[in-house]
Amino acid sequence: MTSVASETYFQQNARAITGGIKVKSEDVNVYYGEKHALRHVNLDINANEVTALIGPSGCGKSTYLRCLNRMNDLIEGARVTGKILLDGQDIYDRELDVVQLRARVGMVFQKPNPFPKSIFDNVAYGPRIHGLATSQSDLEEIVLTSLEKAGLYNEVKDRMNEPGTGLSGGQQQRLCIARAIAVSPEVILMDEPCSALDPIATAKVEELIDELRENFTIVIVTHSMQQAARVSQRTAFFHLGELVEFGDTEQIFTNPQHKLTQGYITGRFG
Amino acid sequence: MKDEHTVRSYDEELAHLTNLIARMGGLAEAQLEGAVQALIRRDSDLAGKVIAADVKVDEIEHEVHSFTVRLLALRQPVASDLRHIVGALKISGDLERIADYAANLAKRALVLNQIPPVRPTAGVPRLAKVVQEVIKDVLDAYIEQDDAKAIKVWRQDEEVDAMYTGLFRELITYMMEDPRNLTACIHLMFIAKNIERIGDHATNIAETIHFLVKGSPILESRPKGVSILPYPSDMPEDV
Repeated sequence: MTSVASETYFQQNARAITGGIKVKSEDVNVYYGEKHALRHVNLDINANEVTALIGPSGCGKSTYLRCLNRMNDLIEGARVTGKILLDGQDIYDRELDVVQLRARVGMVFQKPNPFPKSIFDNVAYGPRIHGLATSQSDLEEIVLTSLEKAGLYNEVKDRMNEPGTGLSGGQQQRLCIARAIAVSPEVILMDEPCSALDPIATAKVEELIDELRENFTIVIVTHSMQQAARVSQRTAFFHLGELVEFGDTEQIFTNPQHKLTQGYITGRFG
Repeated sequence: MKDEHTVRSYDEELAHLTNLIARMGGLAEAQLEGAVQALIRRDSDLAGKVIAADVKVDEIEHEVHSFTVRLLALRQPVASDLRHIVGALKISGDLERIADYAANLAKRALVLNQIPPVRPTAGVPRLAKVVQEVIKDVLDAYIEQDDAKAIKVWRQDEEVDAMYTGLFRELITYMMEDPRNLTACIHLMFIAKNIERIGDHATNIAETIHFLVKGSPILESRPKGVSILPYPSDMPEDV
């Protein structure tokens, strides 16, 4: 490590609530038809940590992210080999219920995509289809808690029946996060969740991500290096389908070990 | 991988920063040389020039400060760029101190030139010569980003400490021999101490160079010579 102290402030901060390995990837390969999009990725994602995936476009980071809740299943010609273990259980096991998996591993997308429904119904959607609420009051409780956790409750409490699409971009993204956490997932995948947001909305989402890691494990794909540095405890750098370097975010941004990582994060990519 | 940034003006700014440090280093080096010559040749004019020129070093230090703050704010550097910028900021502080000590040396040379010379004046130039070499090497190491050279400088400080300790004892002997030597010897004592401190700043710069090249601090402890203090070597260095 780079510090004289045995553990730096940042590491202590990360360790404070870090659990064990939540998602373990062993020799993961993804093919889109003939194209070998992801090559031999071995990566351990710790519970209650934010893991950032960075790299240039087409490097495989989003492909890897989508492996974690089997979103690649939806792409024709996509084939995944290797193992991805969620709490030790292979998520590509034939026996496994993909719908259940996606309830455990939720996702927030680049562009806020609220359903054309009311704010309440957006958040209630997941608990309803998964049968998580036993009564209407139970459902209301889940919706309110989720909105609170997503830091949106105070802004929308008086207009729960208005359409979710009427909110501002940043609010819509937090609504999508509320929707994702309403089904009590264990892992939340975020694919560039702030790229369509202004700096203030971005800051709110980042603050939220930091709070959420107390209860969830978060994996975030971002093109903003500053964002990766700000929100994550661990950073993985991908290039041409390979995992080039993975380490403590502090180390990656102060003293990367690989020349490619150094080149990418300092803006020297040819 | 190419070594240039995609944004070329960023490279130019980093090069400008390196140039500022090189210029400041060259100036600090010249100040020390001038002060030592003023002392050896008993040249009060030269001493006066050195004292007057100190402000130039301060000016470059200010320029380095404002330039690094600007780079940090506008470029948000990471990794080697970040270390380069933080390193320049630290090194400018050390160089400013080195130049300050040189100016102080020149001021004491002015005083010494008013009184009859004492013998150990010869020991001081010897110490100064070694420290000047150290400064030259550490500045080369910075320009060339040469960690091995920086480490060599870092180890050399032991020799400087040993020479300083020898000089310290010598001066005490002269003072005990003849109290009329007191004024000159006390000035020489401070001069020796200042030169030794300049060596310490060169050591700091060597450590910074190691950090900016390797990304980690030097973890081993620096070899220490004989101390002038009758205490264990873990006592604070500043006396």
